[in-house]
Amino acid sequence: MSTQRHSSYSCFLSYDQFAKIFDVLHAFDYEVIGPTLEQEAIVYGSIRTVDDLPRGWTDIQEPGRYRLQQREDDALFGYVVGPHSWKQFLFPPVSTLSTADRTDVGWQFSEAKQEFPKVAYLGVRACEIAAMQIQDRVFLEGPYVDHEYQSRRRQALIIAVNCTQAASTCFCTSMNTGPRCQQGFDLALTELPEGFLVEVATPEGEAVINSLESEDVTPEIETAAETARQNAVEQIKKELDTTDIRNLLMSNLEHPHWDEVAERCLSCTNCTMVCPTCFCSSVEEVSDLSGDHVERQRQWDSCFNVSFSYMNGGLVRNSIRNRYRQWLTHKLATWNDQFGTSGCVGCGRCITWCPVGIDLTEEVAILRQSQEQSLLESEQEADHLPG
Amino acid sequence: MNRNRRLIIFQDNAWVPSTAVIRKITPEIEGVKTFLLELADSQVTRAYTFRPGQFNMLYVPGAGEAAISMSGDPDSSRLLAHTIRFAGNVTRRIGSLQVGDSLGLRGPFGTGWPLEECAGRDLILVAGGIGLPPLRPLIYHLLAEREQYGRIYLLYGARSPEMRLYTSEFQAWSEKGLVIKETVDRKTLGWQGNVGVVPLLLDQLEAFDPERAILMICGPEVMMRFTARSAMQRGMTSEQIWVSTERNMQCAVGMCGHCQLGPEFVCKDGPVFRYDQISPYLLVEGL
Ligand SMILES: Cc1cc2nc3c(=O)[nH]c(=O)nc-3n(C[C@H](O)[C@H](O)[C@H](O)COP(=O)(O)OP(=O)(O)OC[C@H]3O[C@@H](n4cnc5c(N)ncnc54)[C@H](O)[C@@H]3O)c2cc1C
Ligand code: SF4
Ligand code: SF4
Repeated sequence: MSTQRHSSYSCFLSYDQFAKIFDVLHAFDYEVIGPTLEQEAIVYGSIRTVDDLPRGWTDIQEPGRYRLQQREDDALFGYVVGPHSWKQFLFPPVSTLSTADRTDVGWQFSEAKQEFPKVAYLGVRACEIAAMQIQDRVFLEGPYVDHEYQSRRRQALIIAVNCTQAASTCFCTSMNTGPRCQQGFDLALTELPEGFLVEVATPEGEAVINSLESEDVTPEIETAAETARQNAVEQIKKELDTTDIRNLLMSNLEHPHWDEVAERCLSCTNCTMVCPTCFCSSVEEVSDLSGDHVERQRQWDSCFNVSFSYMNGGLVRNSIRNRYRQWLTHKLATWNDQFGTSGCVGCGRCITWCPVGIDLTEEVAILRQSQEQSLLESEQEADHLPG
Repeated sequence: MNRNRRLIIFQDNAWVPSTAVIRKITPEIEGVKTFLLELADSQVTRAYTFRPGQFNMLYVPGAGEAAISMSGDPDSSRLLAHTIRFAGNVTRRIGSLQVGDSLGLRGPFGTGWPLEECAGRDLILVAGGIGLPPLRPLIYHLLAEREQYGRIYLLYGARSPEMRLYTSEFQAWSEKGLVIKETVDRKTLGWQGNVGVVPLLLDQLEAFDPERAILMICGPEVMMRFTARSAMQRGMTSEQIWVSTERNMQCAVGMCGHCQLGPEFVCKDGPVFRYDQISPYLLVEGL
């Protein structure tokens, strides 16, 4: 995506024209990745034609529950986010960091040689743009830059889609990340019964649109798009009260509620794998048979893995309580200290994909209630003090 | 926290090691040796400087990486000293290498000891066991400009008299104005000195100015906690105390997530922290 300033404008694409966008993108050398049906879920994969999209499907999500259902219309983007996120393309689950070769003058080390294709990411939701921008802070905006992430990010064309419905697990409105895509995209689509309202935000996006036959946006289309987007806002019922959440969590590190969550949590790592911002990884050695050529491979890891905090023959976080506490306090509290933003965008994936349906918004609410209760009690006590 | 932060200077990709060749190996105590490493690329050597308390990631291809502090003189860093305890997979593989063998080196990483706080003050360095190597560069540096500081103490605790590191240098350090006080957990035949834990040495320390002194501690976490507590009982505040912490590290550049201790990444915000900054997290079990 270009960072160049570009005055954005809107146009309308009929379904027929939209179907041609894949050829246009391919002609511009973009590989297209977008939502597609696989194993009874909507996941992100390679898209060749419009028929690869999950036309006429929607998803029903609840804590610990996900299923697909046929829609009554032929909408192409009539669902929200599934188990995949774009993180798997920008920060792949396995990648080679460096190589080592044994030579006559000792070990020689180099950067892994990799090709980074131009990729168009189609169907990126507002919370997912926010998640990318959070990972940008981790991999690009600190004292060190991750080269692979940087190359992949630079090659990305973001074709966003505004949500026109929401799942019961969505809470982007609490995290100020959605449902409307505000920035961080090349093109943003709002799906309507006859086609798409398209916001064009960058020269790269404009080049794609100029290769198609777009129409002017009528006031009726504008209104219909607004109504469709508002529909998503109204469907969002879940809330996370983020008021002073950093201190709420960090001043309750010994709260008994962590033990209570630990009784339910299986430490399975699902929540961290599906989370679009979680970035923890470990490095492994991959050696050829002779041992003369060795690659260092980075693989996604999780703070829920027992060995994650391994040190000096012991474990720092030696219980599920400690691991869940690490996850939640990092995500919602210390992430702010580290990167100036919450680590949560409110996508709800960790709620849906938790096998036991643990809902972080509820865990936080319990801590908050308990804090408010004890504040109240101490105020009452103070009132009863003589003097 | 920007204090002491230095960008990696010799590879613009922080993941790619430089080749380092082992020039000398000195056995120290049972299971611990000091390796003098020379960076193979002379340009890299010229650009490489480190602060006392910083560390490198040493890499044996096929085995993996370990975080190891520099233990040599920061003011003459052509040969980089690393004193290594053979603890597990990687460090044992380093232990099996010979003079002339090469390995990978990334660094320097992390913050260092607070040199800018030290001038004109009494300084108390406290080391437990393998905690002495990360303090040795500081000792060299302080003694090289001895007149700039008040009293300088090294309080050193080891498991037993044979497990004391660098004892051959103690005489020279004393002559240059370092007061060394030692204790061991278990005494063996011939040991005339103290027996007991390190904080006791601090309790017994007479001549220092608790209001202005700087305390710098490296060793096991319990030892650091108790030493800090003793110091505070002697009237020091947590702003005068600095500790060097340890956590699992895979990247050393704040991207792998392993070394988090509350909001801090031990690799880039530490390993040396001022105690008031880190104690709220260090004191929480299992954080
Ligand atoms: C900032 C920093 C500076 C450091 N400076 C120094 C230094 O100057 N000198 C120094 O010697 N060390 C230093 N260390 C510690 C050093 O990094 C570790 O000792 C080293 O990483 C251990 O790696 P390893 O692969 O050799 O050991 P590991 O394989 O990680 O094993 C370490 C210990 O755990 C045991 N173990 C191995 N596998 C397991 C398992 N699966 N389950 C349970 N136990 C197991 C081993 O037997 C051993 O006792 C420093 C660490 C940090 C973070
Ligand atoms: S913590 Fe859960 S809701 Fe928040 S971004 Fe991660 S997966 Fe989505
Ligand atoms: S919270 Fe749920 S998804 Fe996360 S580790 Fe625990 S059981 Fe697994």
